[in-house]
Amino acid sequence: MTARVPVYGLMAEFADVNHLIEAIRKLRQMGYRRMDAFTPFPVEEVWEELGVHRNMVSFLVFCGGLAGCLFGIGLQYWTSVIDYPINVGGRPLFSVPAFVPITFECTVLFAALTAVLGMLALNGLPAPYHPVFNVPRFALASRDRFFLCVESTDPLFDREGTRRVLESLSPVSVAEVPD
Amino acid sequence: MSSAMDDRSRLMLPADHPLFRVRPLALGAGAIGLAVSLAGALIDTTQFFQSYLFGFLFWFGIAMGSLALLMIYHVTGGAWGSVIRRSLESAVRTIPVLAVLFIPVVVGLQSLYEWADAAKVAHDPLLQHKSVYLNVPFFIGRAVLYFVVWTLLAVFLSRWSEAQENGEPRAIGWLENLSRGGLVALGLTFTFAAVDWAMSLEPHWYSTLYGVLVMGGCLLSAMAFMIQVTALLTKNGPLSGVVQPMQFHDLGKLMFAFVMLWAYFSLSQLLIIWSGNLPEETPWYLKRMSGGWEYLGLCLILFHFALPFVILLSRDIKRNARLIATVALFILCVRVLEVYWLITPAFSPHHARVHWLDVTAWLGVGGVWLWAFTGGLRGRALIVWNDPSLPAAGGHA
Repeated sequence: MTARVPVYGLMAEFADVNHLIEAIRKLRQMGYRRMDAFTPFPVEEVWEELGVHRNMVSFLVFCGGLAGCLFGIGLQYWTSVIDYPINVGGRPLFSVPAFVPITFECTVLFAALTAVLGMLALNGLPAPYHPVFNVPRFALASRDRFFLCVESTDPLFDREGTRRVLESLSPVSVAEVPD
Repeated sequence: MSSAMDDRSRLMLPADHPLFRVRPLALGAGAIGLAVSLAGALIDTTQFFQSYLFGFLFWFGIAMGSLALLMIYHVTGGAWGSVIRRSLESAVRTIPVLAVLFIPVVVGLQSLYEWADAAKVAHDPLLQHKSVYLNVPFFIGRAVLYFVVWTLLAVFLSRWSEAQENGEPRAIGWLENLSRGGLVALGLTFTFAAVDWAMSLEPHWYSTLYGVLVMGGCLLSAMAFMIQVTALLTKNGPLSGVVQPMQFHDLGKLMFAFVMLWAYFSLSQLLIIWSGNLPEETPWYLKRMSGGWEYLGLCLILFHFALPFVILLSRDIKRNARLIATVALFILCVRVLEVYWLITPAFSPHHARVHWLDVTAWLGVGGVWLWAFTGGLRGRALIVWNDPSLPAAGGHA
C-alpha cells in the first residue's frame, strides 16, 4: 500500500451545478482551500464560492487602455502637427473632435490585447500538460458535467479521508488524478 | 398554491414604505410647483411655456426609456429585467398622465415654435417650405397618434403582465410578440416625437441623429432611475434578499453601456457637423458653445461621460447597492443638465440663463409624475413570482 503512484488530487464529478456549489461550500467550511472547479460554461457563483481573489488582469487592462489612449492621441498629434502638417479647410492642426474616434479605437485595441496577453501571462496558458486530463471522464467538463478537483497540496488532503468526504457530496463519481 | 400566495403578498410593497410615504409629498410638490408656474405664466407667458417644455421632456424621458427597456426585456429576458420589471411597468403606466401633462405644450405652440407663428412664417421662405410637415394641425395630430401608440403599448404590457401573474401560460408569448413590434413602433414614433417637440424648436436646423441621441439619453435616465428605485426597494423593502449584488452588477453594466451610448451618439452628431462645417448645420452648436452655454457643455463632457465612465469601470461599485444608487442619482442630476442644454439654448442662444420658472415647472411635472409612478407600485407583487427567468438561486437566467 505504500508504493502507490503520487496523485495530483481527487476529482469529483457532478451532474448538477448546484451540487458542485454545495460541495465547494462544504469543503471550504471544512478548511479545504486548494481546489479548482471545471464547468462547461462560466458560473459566477463557483468562483465566488471558491474564494478566487481578484487578479491583476483588470488593472493591466486599465493600464493598457490608458497607454492606447495616449498612443492614439500621440500618433495623431505627431503626424498632423509635427511631421506632416496640412491645413484642412482652415481647421486647427490639433483638431480634437476628429481625433476622438482613432483615440478611442486605440484605447480599445490596446486594452483588448492586454486582456488576452495578460490573461495568458498570468494563468500560464498554453500548458501542453496538465494532470487533470489524466482522468478519462474529464472530457465531459466541456460538455455537460461539473468537476471539482481537490489538490493533494492542500494541508488537509488525505487520500482516503478526502475521498470519503467527496463521496458524501452526491457526486456521479470520484477519481484519483495521477500526477 | 397557498405558498405562492404567501410569496405574492410578501413581495408587495407595505403601505408604510418610504416610497408611499413620499406620495402625498410628491403630489403636494407637484401641485405647488404647477400652481406657482401658472402664476408665473401671468407674468411671463413665453417663459412659462419654455420652462414647462424642459420640465416635461425630462420626466417624459424616464417613462419613454422605461417603455423601451421593458420591451427589450420581454424580447431578451434576463434576471436584470425581472428585478426592475414592476418598476418599469409602473413608469410605463404613467404615459396617460404624461399625455395630460402634454396639453400645456400644445396650448403654448405659438410661444414655443417659430413655425407655429404665422407672422414669422410669412417672412421665412424656408419655414413656408417646411410648413407641409411643420404646421399646427398636423403637429397635434401626430402628437395624438404618438400617445395613442404608447398608451396602447402600456395598456397591453400591463394587462398581459397581470395575466402572466395570474397563471396564464400564453401571456409570456403575447408579451414577447407585442414587444417585437412595439420596439419598432416606439423607434419610429419616438424619433418623430423628438423631431417634433425638441428639434423643431430650431426649425432651420436638422440632424438625422437627433432621435437616437435623445433616446440614448432617455434610456440612461430610465436605467439610473430604476437603479435608484430598486436600491430603495432592496434596502428597506420587499426586495431585500431577492435582489442580489449580481443584479445590481448587471443593472450597473447596462447603465455604463448607456453612458457610453449617449457619448457615442453625441460625439457622432458633433463630429459630422463639425467636419461638414455647413452654415445650416453649425448654428445649433454655436448657440450652445457661447455666452456661458459652453461651460454647461464642458460640464456634460466631464460629468455626463468622463466621470461616470471612470467610476463605473469598477466592479465593486456596480455590485454595491448603496454606491451604484449614488452614482445613479448623480447621473440623473446630470441628465437634467443635458436636457436643459438641449432645449433652453434654443430660446436663449448665446446667452446662458436659468429662470426660476425652469425650477418650478420641473418640480411641478416631476411631483405629479412621481406621484403617478409610485401609485403604480401599489397592490402588486414587486417580482413576478412565477417568472421563469427569476433567479431561483440568484443566478443569471
